[in-house]
Amino acid sequence: MQEKDKKDWQPKILAILCNWCSYAGADLAGVSRIQYPPNIRVLRVPCSGRVDPMFIMKSLQNGFDGVLVSGCHPGDCHYLSGNYNARRKFAVLKPLLEYIGIETERVQFSWVSAGEGERFAEVVTKVTNDIRKVGPAKRLVKGVVSW
Amino acid sequence: MVKALREEVKRLFEEKKVDLVIGWGKGSLPMTATPIFINKAEDAERLIWDETCSNNLAVYLTKDKRQLVKTDQKIGIVVKGCDGRSLVLYAVENQIQRENLVIIGVPCAGVIDKKKVLKHIEGKEVLSASFEADRMTVEGRGFKTEIAKCDVLSDSCLNCNHPNAPVFDVFIGEPRKSDSVEDVYPDVEAFEKLDSEARWKTMVEAYSKCIRCYACRNVCPSCYCTECFVDQNDPQWIGKSPEITDTLIFHLGRNLHVAGRCVECGACERACPADIDLLKLNRKISKEILERFNFTAGLDINEKPALASFCENEKQDFIMG
Repeated sequence: MQEKDKKDWQPKILAILCNWCSYAGADLAGVSRIQYPPNIRVLRVPCSGRVDPMFIMKSLQNGFDGVLVSGCHPGDCHYLSGNYNARRKFAVLKPLLEYIGIETERVQFSWVSAGEGERFAEVVTKVTNDIRKVGPAKRLVKGVVSW
Repeated sequence: MVKALREEVKRLFEEKKVDLVIGWGKGSLPMTATPIFINKAEDAERLIWDETCSNNLAVYLTKDKRQLVKTDQKIGIVVKGCDGRSLVLYAVENQIQRENLVIIGVPCAGVIDKKKVLKHIEGKEVLSASFEADRMTVEGRGFKTEIAKCDVLSDSCLNCNHPNAPVFDVFIGEPRKSDSVEDVYPDVEAFEKLDSEARWKTMVEAYSKCIRCYACRNVCPSCYCTECFVDQNDPQWIGKSPEITDTLIFHLGRNLHVAGRCVECGACERACPADIDLLKLNRKISKEILERFNFTAGLDINEKPALASFCENEKQDFIMG
């Protein structure tokens, strides 16, 4: 990557948000006019339990610099146990990606409720800053793999 | 041991306890055993049990191989520790009817990985092989070598704590006392200590050898989906060419599908024609699941796999606070 491009580079982050909590939290952040980095692209899913680890790996492969998955707080799942099941999947996925050498900042998880607009903005800011620090994704990216 | 096994199988046929027995027979090449299907008492003589019996026979009860056995048959199956754990997994996942199964346990001291033997003798052709307690002798044209058995054991057997099937109906000989290995994942721990750059480099180097033959999936006892995600076209998860990121995602995806279900029998690794250290990822997941959820696959017939259950108040340190 050229020096010039590096300076202009903006992280592209996929935010997979559950319909009932985090998506509504993002909405609240919006209507409350809370500022947060414009680097996320939102993908709305019915529940964090809907998130297949494959979605996360495919997004990294297809050019996202990072992925944030956010769902309802434990105990608040609209479908009662979706986020508990999701938590088990992520508990395995995250160390596994780290193990193969994907930077740990690239894939992050959080719980944000519909009332936490402020928190949503904080989470997005943190994730964006983290990913800015590690730079553009190069590992696991189709066509760009370097080592 | 082999004699006792044959006698037992003969007895099961005579008492009409089984219609079919799945076991190992002598392979056509030295150092190989082949799965055999026995349907009459006389054929029990073909059974063998030794260090070459590496196939996980449990696979014959699921997936496309299921056509080999009829569902209403009473099936006897000879199992090592890991094969027995696969059967427990199948019972938990309602893939078999336990009451139609006669599980014949054999004590396992580890099986050999033929690829390791060949590496040891630099790929020379082996014409005969024999086993003693802790070493093996291989013979070929113009050479005869003794190899310590621990040098050619399958990777899956090196830190094995489950030499006997956890559930069985008959056991041949005495169940082998477990070595009670305390440090079960030394290889995983060593790899974790490397820096991220080195880990990535190792992974890419290892997996770029993959020719995507899917032998690992086909031989895996835990991979029994009727349609695998790599074969799906809509959505197409994995590109068809052996491109490195696709290859890695195939392996990661497969490993995640067997997360909490993998019994670490090592069948994938022994089947791999590219000689990739496939267990490395599986074992990382197993380690993580053992540490977090205190769960080991295929031991308890009443316990759901780790990723099919949850506990409300469990550690969630990986989630942003």
